[in-house]
Amino acid sequence: MTSVRIIARLDVKAPYLIKGVHLEGLRKLGDPQTFAEKYYNDGIDEIIYIDSVASLYERNTIVDIVRHTAENVFIPITAGGGVRSVDDARELLRVGADKIAICTAALKTPSLISEIASTLGSQCMVLSVQAKSRADGGWEAYCDQGREHTGRDVLEWVREAEQLGAGEILLTSIDQEGTYRGFDLDLLRAVSSRVSIPVIASGGMGSVDHAGAAISAGGATAVAVAGFLHYEKSSVPEIRDGLRDLGHQVRVA
Amino acid sequence: MGTTVIVDYGSGNVFSVARALETAGASVLLSDAPDTIANADRLVLPGVGAFGAAWNLLVEKNLVEPIRKFIGTERPFLGICVGMQMMMQRSEEFGDHPGLGIIEGVVKRISGTRADGEPHPVPRVGWYTMTRRQASWSGTLFENIDESGAVYFVHSFAAQPSDSRNVLADSEYNGASITAAVIRDNAVGVQFHPEKSGPVGLRMMEKFISL
Repeated sequence: MTSVRIIARLDVKAPYLIKGVHLEGLRKLGDPQTFAEKYYNDGIDEIIYIDSVASLYERNTIVDIVRHTAENVFIPITAGGGVRSVDDARELLRVGADKIAICTAALKTPSLISEIASTLGSQCMVLSVQAKSRADGGWEAYCDQGREHTGRDVLEWVREAEQLGAGEILLTSIDQEGTYRGFDLDLLRAVSSRVSIPVIASGGMGSVDHAGAAISAGGATAVAVAGFLHYEKSSVPEIRDGLRDLGHQVRVA
Repeated sequence: MGTTVIVDYGSGNVFSVARALETAGASVLLSDAPDTIANADRLVLPGVGAFGAAWNLLVEKNLVEPIRKFIGTERPFLGICVGMQMMMQRSEEFGDHPGLGIIEGVVKRISGTRADGEPHPVPRVGWYTMTRRQASWSGTLFENIDESGAVYFVHSFAAQPSDSRNVLADSEYNGASITAAVIRDNAVGVQFHPEKSGPVGLRMMEKFISL
């Protein structure tokens, strides 16, 4: 069976962990390091850090947070937000990140995907997609945490990115993000059926059943969980046991 | 116990490998110096990304012979991910590349279809358990773990040793058997990332530094 992953997504406005709704209206929740270590001890499968303001203000703040986390957290760490070059990516890998999530810079310069894939490997090149449904159907890719239109069609963009060497897709539904009403299953299904690389469902997790649906109906092989964990609406063991009860293969922690 | 040298040649998550070994109690040295590598007490060869790129870095830094020489000393050796794949004779990733040739066999792409013909994702990313392919794991890296312990894999290619005696463990992917660990005497290679496999991986690191 394909093993499914439960990933804690920590959006950061350094030095704080933050959470919003539809990627906006951000609230400070505390020290991201503390949350990451708790989830690690609870048996989370991976950690994703997204620096939510880096691409807007053109500065990098995530490096120190990754470095401190990687000292004691021995699971895969993905870092993103403001990565604009191979050197930015290399710096994050050097301090302990395993994968780099890229959204805005990849949309502006798609060749960055192939540059990173060819020099650092496809396995570390995670395409981050912020998708918003269009009134006329389909989805448009946004950047800068859902603040900027790009005009790019999500389904065309993910196929192009896969061909350029992306190794994984972090697919965030702006419509569902922060609502706890479940993932956008149509979006997940449309993307996962068009690419052969793993798709991480993000945005809307509010129950274990939502995660189960993202995998069974949506074709995702991983779910990103944020507010549902950060606000202690659930726990890592509860999600893991729930997914196992639904018949999915999860890690025995 | 001595010093554990990690080959620092520009590929692999060296920081995390070092931190995991240190947490397990090792004294760690990062090095790309041929003499330091050939004369290490124990040696770790990490590696991520494309096989050919990692191999070319080893060649450029004149590290192929020092690593072969080290393995010939029968001191403990651990190859991780592409570092494990490079223990094989050759890889078919983006062309045909030679390897260290410690273990007979080839590195090939993982099939994009399951045993039942349905597609499944490649790269294979996630936590998977292993199946023992030797009578016992006693005396090896896996002595302190059992088959229920999942470890973290991320790979599109996998080693196919020609002699089953070199397979320490494999791991299932939708009906296909994937080589998870290879062994020849003192040299062990693991396809997964022990430095990213939580407490199970740390127990392997503890065992490695006690070998």
